[in-house]
Amino acid sequence: MTETAAELRTTRFVVSRRKEGDDPGELRYDTFDVAVGPRSTILDSLVSIRRELDPTLTFRHSCFHASCGTCGMRVNGREGLACVTPVPEGGEVMVEPLGNIPVVTDLVVDMDAFYDEFDEAGRPLVRVSEMIPGAEMAEGIDELERYEDCIECGICLSACPVAGSDPRYVGPAALAAAWRLVDEPRGRDPGPVLRLMDDEQAAWRCHLAWECTEACPSGVDPAAAIMRLRRAATAARARRLFSFGGTR
Amino acid sequence: MTITRLPRQPYHVVIVGGGGTGGALAHDLILRGFRVTLVERGELTSGTTGRHHGLLHSGARYAVKDRESAVECIEEREILRRVCPGSFEENDGLFVAITDEDVAYEPLFFESCLASGIPARRVSREEALRLEPNLNPEVKMAVQVPDATMDAMRMPLRFFASAKAGGAVIRPWTLVTELLVHDRLVSGIRVRDLVNGVDDEIRGDLVVNATGPWAEQLAVMAGCDVPIRPSPGVLLAVRGRVCNMVINRLHPSGDGDIIVPQRGLSVVGTSSWVVDDPDDLGVPEDHVERMYSEGSMMVPAVRHAERRAAWSAARPLIGSRDADTGRELSRTFKCFDHRETDGVEGFVTISGGKGTTLRAMAETTADVICRKVGVEAACQTREIVTLPHTAYYAA
Repeated sequence: MTETAAELRTTRFVVSRRKEGDDPGELRYDTFDVAVGPRSTILDSLVSIRRELDPTLTFRHSCFHASCGTCGMRVNGREGLACVTPVPEGGEVMVEPLGNIPVVTDLVVDMDAFYDEFDEAGRPLVRVSEMIPGAEMAEGIDELERYEDCIECGICLSACPVAGSDPRYVGPAALAAAWRLVDEPRGRDPGPVLRLMDDEQAAWRCHLAWECTEACPSGVDPAAAIMRLRRAATAARARRLFSFGGTR
Repeated sequence: MTITRLPRQPYHVVIVGGGGTGGALAHDLILRGFRVTLVERGELTSGTTGRHHGLLHSGARYAVKDRESAVECIEEREILRRVCPGSFEENDGLFVAITDEDVAYEPLFFESCLASGIPARRVSREEALRLEPNLNPEVKMAVQVPDATMDAMRMPLRFFASAKAGGAVIRPWTLVTELLVHDRLVSGIRVRDLVNGVDDEIRGDLVVNATGPWAEQLAVMAGCDVPIRPSPGVLLAVRGRVCNMVINRLHPSGDGDIIVPQRGLSVVGTSSWVVDDPDDLGVPEDHVERMYSEGSMMVPAVRHAERRAAWSAARPLIGSRDADTGRELSRTFKCFDHRETDGVEGFVTISGGKGTTLRAMAETTADVICRKVGVEAACQTREIVTLPHTAYYAA
């Protein structure tokens, strides 16, 4: 951020560090003093630290506007996207990687397992878009499209108390993605996904803490999606039950 | 579609830079049978690629003043739709005339679009307001063109995913500390792995500089010169989709004259100035204010929309060091074989260009590489459908 000197204040950042070969049981933090302005975000501050104080600090970032989902982390214990999280006023700022996801180095988490679960849902990236009220469709356009809200950041998984206690749990992001496919199949058969998620480690594992919905930076509401998925799974089971010996 | 399995080449190409160009080049070279290692100091697409406004250009923005870029854009738009299906919000775009000057500019704009091969359709004031009820009621007319929205990280990631599946070694968190140069020959790079802190060398038959606005900083390590101007622009994302289509002001490109709806946001861009260090951009508040004021000339709802983020991205423009705003520089790209420009062998720079032309930049660079090492292998990236972005991570 570009601010005049008068607007700058010095803030102390306490940043979680981890390099390959470190003792996994030992927590290590480095402290950096950074000049921040009234509009500075956590990501701006980390970029400053890397540029001016420690070029070996690693963290994920890409779009800088809450669209790519790479910069999820915990700031003073709360999950958020660093690019849209303002630097809190007063006191030190603790920055740590997301929880419930393995750490690669420093603030970088390994998203492979997250995407494995996510891919199971098979949800397409693009959905039908809402329109501006009263608008007409332009010539040559059949249907307005837009990206799904979920930005695959892993914040819901980090915030989820169940995922924290049981790594077998599919987790809120994949369940929300599955619900989107059931809700808007886009030419696919949602049956297999519904059956996959109708499982004690999937839709039925959630304890209704609603932490995922609270933490989501993109308005996805995974908790509501899980509840809808449960209803849809129950209805599908009932249909299967009553169609026994029937016409199917 | 048939994938021709080209014979494996004995050559190893080392790509520096994990932006869209580097990813597309890794994909292209793997398909041509090369061995490929790509290094990036941070996360993939964390430099310029991921920060751009997300416009998949029809080319209309450049039709009047930069015909070469316009033609590149419309051709690449069609290819990318084919090789990255399901990766775009394809809602077209409207160029809107608000003032009498805009209206006077329209005939030249419209004809230039058609001459560049960009389908364009004139839209009356009444129809424009029916398509986009949030437009400035002063709108006088509009032109519809096939602009679209891309996810600036996920679309390029498809190229990385495909390259990786084909055997490319992709190494984020790997900082280049030195180019290995002896007797004007580049034979590899010296790197620090930021995950484990280990310093190492990566030898290659060729090193490609795909670092975008950082190209000059890397080229200097080999004693080479790249006439790059890092030219940042400020972008503003507001909450909500204020329009259905991409909205551009129908006038010569200027500040704050484009609104790209994307996911749950609308991105207003952009400004343009020049800097020396692409790591030190800042976000001038007066530029953000200009995004609000100019953006609301097209769609008044921008004025009071909630600010989600404001940021800067550095374009890697090719051109004279005397440029003052960057607007006068072409958006086309150029591949430099440093044997020809600096008498240094084994080193190639690709720079300039834009997100929409990432695949074409890769094709041109891979052609240069094939010529240099004497390999005959045709480009296949125009036809081969890339893997979904999730494949970069998922097993």
